Amino acid sequence: MKFASLVKNRKALIGLILFGITVVVSLFPGLFASQADADVIGAFAPNLGPSTAHLLGTTSYGEDIFSQLVFGARQVLVIALAAGGFATVLSVLIGITAAYLGGVVDEFLSLITNVVLILPTFPLMIILARYAGTSNWVMIFVLVATGWSYGANQMRAQALSLRNRDFLEAARVRGERRAYIILFEMMPTMTSLIVANFLGSALYSVLAASGLQFIGLGNRSSDSWGTMLYWADSQEALQAGNAMWIIAPGLAIAVLSAAFALMNYAFDEIGNPALRPVRRKDLRKAKKAAETLEEKGAGHDAYVEAV
Amino acid sequence: MRFVVRRLSMFLFTLWAAMTLNFFIPRFMPGNPVQALQARIRVKESPAALASILSSFGYKPNAGLVPQYLTYLKDMLTGQWGASIGLSLGEPVRDIILQAMPWTLGLIGLTTVIAFALGNVAGIVAGWRRGGTLDSWLPSTLVVTANLPYYWVGMLLILLFATTLNWLPADFNYDPTILPGFSPGFVGSVLQHAVLPAFTLLVTSIGGWILTMRNNMITTVAEDYVRMARAKGLADRRIMFGYAARNAMLPNISGFAMSLGFVLSGSVLVEYVFNYPGLGYQLLNAVDNNDYPLMQVLFMLYTVAVLVALLAADFFMVWLDPRAREKG
Repeated sequence: MKFASLVKNRKALIGLILFGITVVVSLFPGLFASQADADVIGAFAPNLGPSTAHLLGTTSYGEDIFSQLVFGARQVLVIALAAGGFATVLSVLIGITAAYLGGVVDEFLSLITNVVLILPTFPLMIILARYAGTSNWVMIFVLVATGWSYGANQMRAQALSLRNRDFLEAARVRGERRAYIILFEMMPTMTSLIVANFLGSALYSVLAASGLQFIGLGNRSSDSWGTMLYWADSQEALQAGNAMWIIAPGLAIAVLSAAFALMNYAFDEIGNPALRPVRRKDLRKAKKAAETLEEKGAGHDAYVEAV
Repeated sequence: MRFVVRRLSMFLFTLWAAMTLNFFIPRFMPGNPVQALQARIRVKESPAALASILSSFGYKPNAGLVPQYLTYLKDMLTGQWGASIGLSLGEPVRDIILQAMPWTLGLIGLTTVIAFALGNVAGIVAGWRRGGTLDSWLPSTLVVTANLPYYWVGMLLILLFATTLNWLPADFNYDPTILPGFSPGFVGSVLQHAVLPAFTLLVTSIGGWILTMRNNMITTVAEDYVRMARAKGLADRRIMFGYAARNAMLPNISGFAMSLGFVLSGSVLVEYVFNYPGLGYQLLNAVDNNDYPLMQVLFMLYTVAVLVALLAADFFMVWLDPRAREKG
């Protein structure tokens, strides 16, 4: 898995660019926002339309929508990366431990994983978020607690297929401790699955966190994009003719999740060349090769192989 | 046989875990039904008086947690679901559920089945015609649409078709001025109100099915038995559906059952955006108002729905795949 192959894949490149933009905005919001604090109620006239002074207009509280969007980037990104990261660590630990140790431990961990996988996630998240408070850390906890199980199952399956390989046997013969074998022998061979898993969990976290914030279960005084949608919805922005207040934060969520989704899908394509898009150039080459072979069946095979 | 027993005991354990979590989480957290009632009625009334109102509907704040938990488990399983202590105070939970259920089943259930069927067919065709027009632009588009925030798509549709064009209604399940019944006016109104939420779900959920089906197809088409079918000179259509698709479908079937959980989850937000009085809408009401009985039953039903779907998928797999029959 090289960086170069990531850049060559068009989906990965677009995803990487979108993600990069969000990172830059969240690191230096001051460069983009027109104000230092986007949450001053009544700073401007309410419900203004888009103009050069207010690129996306103002909310019904008289706040600048564009500035809120800029400051919200960090909130969303922190939740996505932290929740995605912790969930991935948890799935790696649980999945690999279950597969490597086997026996009763495996039975127990697999049972827990499957139960969490089946529990209706979003209702559980709503109940947890409703009662556990509204800070970003609670949100991250809720996302991790409900989001690790899918990855753990994948990790377990992958680790099971590695279990009897020679290099692990060699490490056992050398007398390495179990923790060492799991962390330094098995994990490095699973890097691409782990990265794909992280991207998937981060994507899931963006969508789920925004959904919870949208129904008012996030920190309502933050500029998170889901929270912006919550206020826009509760202030009936659609009926008030302030469509930008709804369109802008939703589009921002959509762009960030598209970034994670594209990178994730591209990872699949890089790992499994059969899934890669067929370019016209390659197709013509394959057709030519097929024409030289007269038999229809062989033609198809050559086509499949050329692709 | 051993497989069946293991599977069933796992399901029972899951059900128990779901019910237990849902009993303890709300009770260990701040806020209680009395405070919620006080906030709702905005009348000065002593907490004791409010508590006595609630306890006449089965709320027992002073009983110990363990006996409460045991009666809770018994009541849940025997269908004695009690009365709401939230927004619709005193109304039997069973009635609330029975009123909301058909709307969710009709809207969410039907849309999911349509999305699954359409998505799989499109995926089969896209994977079969590798490099065709459908196959070259679909994946990138679908990766994006499959991960749009559901509720935001719903809001955009409201903005376009309800607020701006005024073609379709934006909330509720039917026009309340029409008497419910099997009249063309009522049925028309129900359908009219279902169009936007259904379309929201369809747009966001179909992409995942097409993508996974396409990817499965691509792997299956390269298998030897497909080559064999070709060598026998079978018709393309027969190879596509009878050989390739039949095998490529297998992972999608258990995927369908698992996705039911996600669909139910997504539907909570869609019902919220469209004020569609289904189960998800009731769940949010229940959570907002500390309506323990309603919340508990809804959460249990969601879990049961996923479990039943998984079980059905298991049976269907056995029917479709002879290898699964031998293992079971």
